[in-house]
Order: sequence, then C-alpha cells, then structure tokens
Amino acid sequence: MSNIFPKSANKLPLQIIIYLGVLVGIATAGVTYYMTPKYTRVGYAPIQPVPFSHAKHVQEVGLDCRYCHSNVDKSGHSNVPTAQTCMNCHSVVKSTSPLLAPVRESYEKGTPVPWVWIHTTPDYAYFNHSIHVNRGISCVECHGKVNEMDTVRHVQPLSMAFCIECHRNPESRLRDPKDVFNLDSKTLAEQGRHQEAQEYLHNWKVKAPESCSGCHR
Amino acid sequence: MRHVYLVTFFVAALLVSILGLRGVTFTRPPLDVFPEWAFPGMKYQPKFRPQAASEFFADGRSDRMPPEHTVMRGMLAEDDHFYRGKDNAGAFVRSFPSDLTVNLALLERGRDQYAIYCQVCHGVSGDGNGITLRYGMGSLTTNGNYHTDRIRAMTDGELYNVIVNGSASKVMMPYADKLVPADRWAVVAYIRALQRAQQGTAADVTDAAARQTLGIQ
Ligand code: HEC
Ligand code: HEC
Ligand code: HEC
Ligand code: HEC
Ligand code: HEC
Ligand code: HEC
Repeated sequence: MSNIFPKSANKLPLQIIIYLGVLVGIATAGVTYYMTPKYTRVGYAPIQPVPFSHAKHVQEVGLDCRYCHSNVDKSGHSNVPTAQTCMNCHSVVKSTSPLLAPVRESYEKGTPVPWVWIHTTPDYAYFNHSIHVNRGISCVECHGKVNEMDTVRHVQPLSMAFCIECHRNPESRLRDPKDVFNLDSKTLAEQGRHQEAQEYLHNWKVKAPESCSGCHR
Repeated sequence: MRHVYLVTFFVAALLVSILGLRGVTFTRPPLDVFPEWAFPGMKYQPKFRPQAASEFFADGRSDRMPPEHTVMRGMLAEDDHFYRGKDNAGAFVRSFPSDLTVNLALLERGRDQYAIYCQVCHGVSGDGNGITLRYGMGSLTTNGNYHTDRIRAMTDGELYNVIVNGSASKVMMPYADKLVPADRWAVVAYIRALQRAQQGTAADVTDAAARQTLGIQ
C-alpha cells in the first residue's frame, strides 16, 4: 500500500486549499475590476453614421450645447438634434459633402438619422437633465469634455455609485449657472468661492435625493 | 503544484490581455455583465423613451405625431398675437403681446437666447457678420443684417414670424422647435435693442460719468 501515495501527498489537501484561496482571490479581483461599469462602459465610442465632431462645432464654430441639444434645460430628456438643425447651416456650408449624405436624406425623407445611443440608464432608474443643468451641474461632470471630442466617448461610469457620490456632496460640484454650458469652466469650489456655493445650496434648496425612491420611482 | 500555478498565471495573463485595461476606447456595444436572459429584471421595460426606436410603429420610432385635428393639453395656442404675431384680421402686429412686459429681464433673456441660436450667423451686433460667414455662409448674397432699412421697417410680428417660419426665401430655416413663444418675443425685443444701439447718438448718453469717459462735451 505504501507505494501508492508518496509522502508528499500528505501536504496535498493543504496545497489544494491554498490554491483554491489564490483562485478565489484572482476571481474576486477580476470581478471587481472587470464586471463594473468603470470597465464595461467607460471608453465606449461607437462609430456614428455621420462623423460629427463636437470639437469642430463647439470650439471652432462656437456653438452652444443648447443650439442642438435644445431641450436639455427644458425637459428630462436631452434631445439629439433633428436633421433640420444640421441643415440650418449645412444647406449652405459643405452642402455637397458626402459625409453629410445621411443627414440630407433624413431631411428630405423625414426618416431619422440612425445615431448610436451612447449614454443610457436602465429603465428602472429615473434620470432628469433639466434639474441638474438648471441647478449648476455642468455637462462635463457626467459626460467629460465633450467639447474636445471628435467622437463622443463614454467618460464616466454613470453607475449608481457615481450618482450617489455627487448626491451626497453636491456643493463641491456646483457651477455658476452661466458657466454650466462652458465645459472648460471651473466649479465654484475650484474658484475658491465656497461661501457662494453654500449660499446657492441653501437659496435654491438643492436637495439631491439619496433615498432609493428618488431615482427608482 | 508549480505547474498548476504557472498554468493559472498564464490563463490570468491571457484573460487580461484579451479583456484589456479600464478606460480603453472601443466601438462595440458595452458588455452587459448581467444579461437579461440570465437575470431577468426590469432593465428593459415595455415602455417608450423619448427619441427611442420602436418595432411596433411602422416608421420605427417611439415618438408620435399628434393625430390630425387634435390639440395637445396646454398647446391650444389660440392667442394669435402671442403665438403667431398676427392680429385678428391676420395682419402682422406692431406691438408686443399684452401679457409680456418689456423690461430688462426680458431683454436679458433675449440676449441669452440670441447668443445660443442666432449669434453664430447674425453676429454679436446683429450685422450678419457671424462666424459661419467665414465657413461658407458668405457665399450667400444675403446675410440678414438687421441694420438695413428693410429689416428696421419690419414689424414686431414679422420678426416673430421669421423665427417661427424662417425667412421669406427660406434660406434661414425656422427656429420654432428651439425657442418657446415667450423666448421668441424676448429675442424680438433684443433685436430691437440691437437696432436701436446702432442708431445711438451722443445725445442718448445721459449719465454724466459716462459722458466724461466717452469724451462727450
Ligand atoms: C451642432 C450640433 C451639436 C452641438 C452644438 C452639440 N452637440 Fe452633442 N451631439 C450632437 C449630435 C448630432 C449627437 C449624436 C451623434 C454623436 O453622438 O456624435 C450628439 C451627441 C452628444 C452626446 C452623446 C449622446 C448619447 O448618445 O449618449 C453628448 C453627451 C453630447 N452630445 C453633449 C454635448 C455637449 C456637452 C455639448 C456642448 C458643449 C454639445 N453636445 C453640443 C450635436 C451637437
Ligand atoms: C452653425 C452652423 C452649423 C450647424 C448647425 C452644423 N454644422 Fe456641421 N459644420 C459647420 C461648419 C462651419 C463646418 C466646418 C466646415 C469647414 O471645416 O470648412 C462643419 C463641418 C461638418 C462636417 C465635416 C464636413 C466635411 O466634409 O468635412 C460634418 C460631418 C458636420 N459638420 C456634421 C454636422 C451635423 C451632423 C450637424 C447637425 C447635428 C451639423 N454639422 C450642424 C457648421 C455647422
Ligand atoms: C448629472 C449627470 C448629467 C449631466 C450634468 C448631464 N448629463 Fe447628459 N446624460 C446623463 C445620463 C445619465 C444620460 C443617459 C440618460 C438616459 O438613459 O436617458 C445622459 C444622456 C444624454 C444624451 C443622450 C440622450 C438622452 O437623453 O438619453 C445627451 C444628448 C446628453 N446627455 C447631453 C447632455 C448635455 C448637452 C448636458 C449639459 C447641458 C448634459 N447631458 C448634462 C447624465 C448627465
Ligand atoms: C455632479 C453631481 C451630480 C451627479 C453626478 C448626479 N446628480 Fe442627480 N442631482 C444633483 C443635484 C445637485 C440635484 C438636486 C437638484 C435640486 O433638486 O435642486 C440632483 C437631483 C437629482 C434627482 C431629483 C430630480 C427631481 O425631479 O427631484 C434625480 C432623480 C437625480 N438627481 C438622478 C441622478 C442620477 C440617476 C444620476 C446618475 C446617472 C445623477 N443624478 C447624478 C447632482 C448630481
Ligand atoms: C441618485 C440616484 C439613485 C439613488 C438615490 C439610488 N439608486 Fe439604485 N441605481 C441608480 C442607477 C442610475 C442605477 C443603474 C446603474 C447602472 O446601470 O450601472 C441603479 C441601480 C440599482 C440596482 C441594480 C444593481 C446595479 O447596481 O446595477 C439596485 C439593486 C439598486 N439600484 C438599488 C438601490 C437602493 C436599494 C437604493 C436606496 C438605498 C438606491 N438604489 C438608490 C440610481 C440610484
Ligand atoms: C444658420 C445661420 C442663421 C441662424 C442661426 C439664424 N439666421 Fe436669421 N438669417 C440667416 C440668413 C442667411 C438670413 C438672410 C435670409 C434671406 O435673406 O432670406 C437671415 C435673415 C434673418 C432675418 C430677416 C428676414 C428677412 O425676411 O429678411 C431675421 C429677422 C432673422 N434672420 C432673425 C434670426 C433670429 C431671431 C435668429 C435666432 C433665433 C436667427 N435669425 C438665426 C441666417 C441665420
């Protein structure tokens, strides 16, 4: 009998337990690193039907976000512009550019331009743009520096933890209302205007919901 | 045992090299780590979101146009003066609607809206010298310079009508989908202010200190 199991087999159960421990450790590290929106969403930059460049239109031409996303301060949904919005200029500027063919087709036929939706929340979470934008929360907090992007890229995870982190402490992220659409501006806190930020928080009765029913309604 | 650890290490290294690190730009739709088929939940609810796609309607959109001969709640728009800039006889009005008071607040609102929607073409002072002129708009023979006798002579109702329906030649397209009626009147008021500013004379400066700095005797 003594020939069947060598002496080293005595240590085997211990070694297997240690190995399983290591495996569980690796798996945990993998899940926390890979199975969160910080990995799955951040960096998503789909190829759009028209290579529309925010950098060109916002920084070079100097358009305000609201020229195209005109409902962002009026409703919960921030609209992606209609083809007519583009044709305001592109019926004259670059009116024969092949890059703009889908826009012209959409304008003539009334069919939508098939833009790929980048930022989404699941249907069980409620989000509202106007409440944030009108209370001094700039686009840059959730979308990054869109004004410098040639293709829009998902920069923030937009996970529940991300939302809550700001809702717990919004005063450090508040901007002067006139700076909200200027993505290069600084927050009141960064400008050292802490006093003013506190006053805004108080005077506007800024109450970001932290209870579940605020967002899961 | 050493071999087991080596294999584990290589498998882990292989997975990391396939999955990559966080924040890398990618174009394929984000990974859904809790897919609906394995974890049925409320992520996709049978409801329509604004500007979303729909398989139910023939045109493939969830946004519906109101059926003919119907009026949405709060969208009756029966006041011709306020909503269309016309009087009862159908002629363009020469005054502002009575429920708007033309004051500094209205002008400031008008300036903000003008800066978003009009300035890129019409320029800061309304002389038609906007930035788009340099990008191809200059190929037009008209630029909507507000400081011409023709546009100065246009009635308030006509200016309002240009915002709602575009210019007579339709070179400038409508902005009715972007500006709500009250904001359109605010912009009209601001256009009037711009026109008045170009016709100012030394006699208009009444403030003594300002006269001094401007060198007016
Ligand atoms: C000239 C029109 C125009 C202007 C001005 C503009 N956008 Fe956009 N925006 C678009 C179009 C068209 C899309 C859809 C195509 C795309 O994603 O590139 C879009 C997409 C986006 C998206 C991604 C939406 C999604 O699918 O999740 C964000 C975020 C965004 N814009 C933010 C901004 C911000 C912030 C500004 C102001 C700095 C701005 N935009 C100015 C036209 C515009
Ligand atoms: C205020 C005017 C304006 C509006 C509105 C506008 N654009 Fe532009 N667009 C421009 C200008 C100016 C250029 C730069 C032309 C150049 O570089 O000479 C440009 C360039 C482009 C180009 C590159 C064209 C080429 O051939 O190089 C694309 C694509 C484009 N725009 C898409 C869009 C889309 C899509 C929209 C609607 C969401 C839009 N634009 C709305 C003014 C505008
Ligand atoms: C507090 C965070 C936050 C701020 C601030 C914010 N957004 Fe968003 N944005 C989101 C989220 C979350 C979504 C996804 C919403 C959804 O699923 O409908 C989104 C989606 C969008 C979309 C895609 C269409 C839609 O509504 O789903 C556009 C366009 C957009 N944002 C533009 C803007 C612009 C322009 C601004 C600044 C004026 C802005 N956003 C400010 C969080 C924000
Ligand atoms: C940068 C800060 C910031 C981030 C990030 C942020 N919020 Fe908010 N949110 C606020 C503030 C400030 C308010 C309070 C507005 C008020 O009522 O004065 C608010 C209010 C709200 C409200 C209440 C709206 C209402 O109608 O009462 C909802 C819902 C909400 N946020 C959802 C979200 C969701 C979902 C996210 C994540 C995608 C998010 N927020 C991310 C700052 C933020
Ligand atoms: C600020 C808004 C907000 C508040 C408050 C909030 N949630 Fe969420 N919650 C979200 C958003 C946004 C998501 C979607 C996250 C995603 O898609 O990554 C979410 C997702 C979830 C999920 C799905 C699991 C996940 O993370 O994807 C659960 C469960 C959940 N929330 C429970 C709660 C509970 C319990 C509370 C109260 C303690 C709460 N939430 C409060 C915004 C909120
Ligand atoms: C894309 C560039 C562009 C934008 C943006 C624009 N306009 Fe114009 N506008 C023009 C051009 C070009 C003309 C000359 C059109 C013509 O002669 O038919 C014009 C003409 C006009 C006229 C004179 C109309 C006539 O019959 O002669 C008025 C008034 C006017 N615009 C007001 C506005 C207002 C108010 C806004 C903002 C809500 C605005 N425009 C935005 C390009 C623009």
